Amino acid sequence: MSTRRAFALAFLLVSGLATGLASNAVLGPATKTPKTVKFALQGGLNSLDPYTLNESVTLGLLANVMEGLIRRNENMQIIPGLAERWDVLSPTHWRFHLRKGVTFHDGSPFTADDVVFSANRARGPGSQLKTRIPADARVEKVDDHTVDFVLASPNPILHYEWETWFIVSKAWSEANGATKAQPATANALSPFALKANGTGPFAVVSHEPGVKTVFRPNPRWWGKTKHNIDEVVFQTVHSDSTRVAALLSGELDLIDPVPLQDIARIKEGAKTTVLSAPELRTLFLNMDSMHEELKYANVKGRNPFKDARVRRAFYQAIDIEAITTKVMRGMATPAALIISPLLFSGADKLQRWPYDVAAAKRLMVEAGYAEGFELVMDCPNDRYVNDEQICQAVAAMLRRIDVKVALNLLPKAQYFEKVSPPRYDSSFNLLGWTPGSLDSWSVLANLVVCRDAHGRGGTFNFGGYCNPRVDELARKILVEPDMAKRNAMIGEAFGLLHADAGVIPLHQPALAWGVSRNLQVTQRADGHIRFQWMQKL
Amino acid sequence: MSDIANKVRGASPSQPPPSHRGQGTGWSSHIATILDSDLFYSFWRSKLVVAAAILTALLVGAALLAPLIAPHDPYDLKSLDLVNADMPPAWNSRGDRRFLLGTDDQGRDILSTILYGTRSSLLIGIASVLLAVAIGVTLGLWAGYAGGRADSFIMRIADVQLTFPAILTALLIDGVALAIFKSYRMEGGKFWILVISIGLAYWVQYARTVRSVTLVERNKEYVEAARLIGLSPLKIMFQHILPNVLSPVLVIATINLALAIITEATLSFLGVGLPPTEPSLGTMIQVGNKYLFSGSWWMVAFPGLMLALLALAVNLLGDWLRDALNPKLR
Repeated sequence: MSTRRAFALAFLLVSGLATGLASNAVLGPATKTPKTVKFALQGGLNSLDPYTLNESVTLGLLANVMEGLIRRNENMQIIPGLAERWDVLSPTHWRFHLRKGVTFHDGSPFTADDVVFSANRARGPGSQLKTRIPADARVEKVDDHTVDFVLASPNPILHYEWETWFIVSKAWSEANGATKAQPATANALSPFALKANGTGPFAVVSHEPGVKTVFRPNPRWWGKTKHNIDEVVFQTVHSDSTRVAALLSGELDLIDPVPLQDIARIKEGAKTTVLSAPELRTLFLNMDSMHEELKYANVKGRNPFKDARVRRAFYQAIDIEAITTKVMRGMATPAALIISPLLFSGADKLQRWPYDVAAAKRLMVEAGYAEGFELVMDCPNDRYVNDEQICQAVAAMLRRIDVKVALNLLPKAQYFEKVSPPRYDSSFNLLGWTPGSLDSWSVLANLVVCRDAHGRGGTFNFGGYCNPRVDELARKILVEPDMAKRNAMIGEAFGLLHADAGVIPLHQPALAWGVSRNLQVTQRADGHIRFQWMQKL
Repeated sequence: MSDIANKVRGASPSQPPPSHRGQGTGWSSHIATILDSDLFYSFWRSKLVVAAAILTALLVGAALLAPLIAPHDPYDLKSLDLVNADMPPAWNSRGDRRFLLGTDDQGRDILSTILYGTRSSLLIGIASVLLAVAIGVTLGLWAGYAGGRADSFIMRIADVQLTFPAILTALLIDGVALAIFKSYRMEGGKFWILVISIGLAYWVQYARTVRSVTLVERNKEYVEAARLIGLSPLKIMFQHILPNVLSPVLVIATINLALAIITEATLSFLGVGLPPTEPSLGTMIQVGNKYLFSGSWWMVAFPGLMLALLALAVNLLGDWLRDALNPKLR
């Protein structure tokens, strides 16, 4: 009896609650459906520590969560970020006035202490962003909202790359044991590398490294919100066809990159379209010309890449037209320089070494490698558009000058861990580079000037190409205020690199995003996906 | 036991080979024995099995003769031309007569690549099955004959491994091997890593089967007799018990050959198999899969069909062998 009564009571309660809820829903304000944007990239987001990896996908995603002293707008122009304004007191003395009333996602206030701490952390062990701030610059707190940068030598483009030098919270980092950056070579992510505490318009709600990350808007953000998004879900979808199928079915709102063979189909889709634009990235091949002996080759006791003739033979054996038309299906422009012609006005003065297998073979014979040699090429398979196919095509083309290339294809996390500093564990590899400052100096300083085995100097000069004259030019370019003279020196430096065939430029790929027609999004030339410029219909 | 077991026992080195017989008469009498056997009768009776056997023979033959009959050498990067990439089969209006089944994204001839790829798939399959048999039979015999602690130990390991899918075990071993031999790609060692991965993933079935048969056999009179005349346990296990447990092993091995080929394809499909410059069937399917939605169906359809046919034919043979060797079904 009593159980039955309890049952009846429970039933009444439940039905009452249900009707109550229902009437609430009817009478109350119409609850809008949450606007969720789901997007997928080919590769994943691993560490959320903003200094672990100097790589544009990672930094581009984190730029939604964290901010630097400056920002760049939709057209890549510099606008104030966490610094309201800045004064150049003298060529070596910069003063940054910080924005007041900004808080981190954990609620703690943003002050000058955080900037000083971030500058030291970014230049400290484990960080790949060491070149963002000159090593010999002093960062001094003037008051809670003013910071001085005192430089050893003038640098007119000091702040150009600071959009992706994110300011981290000193208090939070210390409380979480994150005073040093999570190194890219670490075998496991530290707990703090799974969390992010920034000042940006979005905050990370959950993060599974390399799988899925969920972002929600930061209600306390200091800026003016332009988006209408309630949640952003980022996933890694490695397989090209799965990514396309998910976009076409409406499961995803945005995919990057679009497999080139599927561009036409996505454009024809009723609910989808393709956004494309020239990209600022250049893809090129690095040859280890630094070590006395190649680590991954069958040539013992000497390094063939130390001979410029071998490097040029490799260069001339590569049929770049075939790669851009067949592998890239026309969505790429052959490059003679390792900077986009959009970013350097003198780029048209240099032409690629022509594709000529016979000449390449002659160079190999002259250099004493008539029989060729065997070599391992490291290549990412989820970083750049058709990266794996590009490497396969290069391997096949080099076979014609009797160089047997064994491909070591790796997902980008393992790939960069292997080839990038401090390991530089590669003899021949593929790299793409977008100059963060949009300026040739950063290309020269990061990719071309000499480095030592520990990466001091041109940190991302994976091949270790070294020409003292280029170093001298790079030092002068940095401090030269006269733009014409500066451009002439940049042209000379790139000319030397070209004459030595220090690297093999391949092409500038085109950006191609597959986008659902009910998502409006701004495609910036550096390919960063910014949630604050999204409108979902 | 069945004829096979007797024949195998007859061929074991414990007995002197019949050297007094001439080679020719030996052959014909052997063939006569085979044609006269129950096994051959049950084989000949089923048209499906005959068809499967012919198909297997054709596929295996074509794969093994690949360097002779393939129109191109897809492993020779020198012969590839990117200009030929992504061509449909020859009967299509955009096709090219040089490439009967079309080309892949690097300009490889699909037909030649299938022949070469099947060869590597088959070789890896056979080698890994042999490895699995060697490990499984040895451990199974030991467990069944020795009993006690050794038995519990081996069987618990087997139980634990059975709780994982074989593909997971293979992936794990492959990953560990990759971490140890970082530059294996230079030495062409990937082949052996795959063989070991797949072999170690599939030994359990053999061990369990052999153990159960050994448990029955070891109490039989011939084993008692062998023990009485003072033969060593190793000799008893491998020369007296082994021939009697071979028929179920043969059945499992045939069925597992198809499984091993598919596992190799799966590993390659997942990107940890053979390198893309030397594609196996799985690698081809992985590459072709990317172009499936873009209309280049031939890149995945033909290797997929080949893999399906190969697995089906070998599986049918295995099924028949199981029924034919099972005394309860006769």
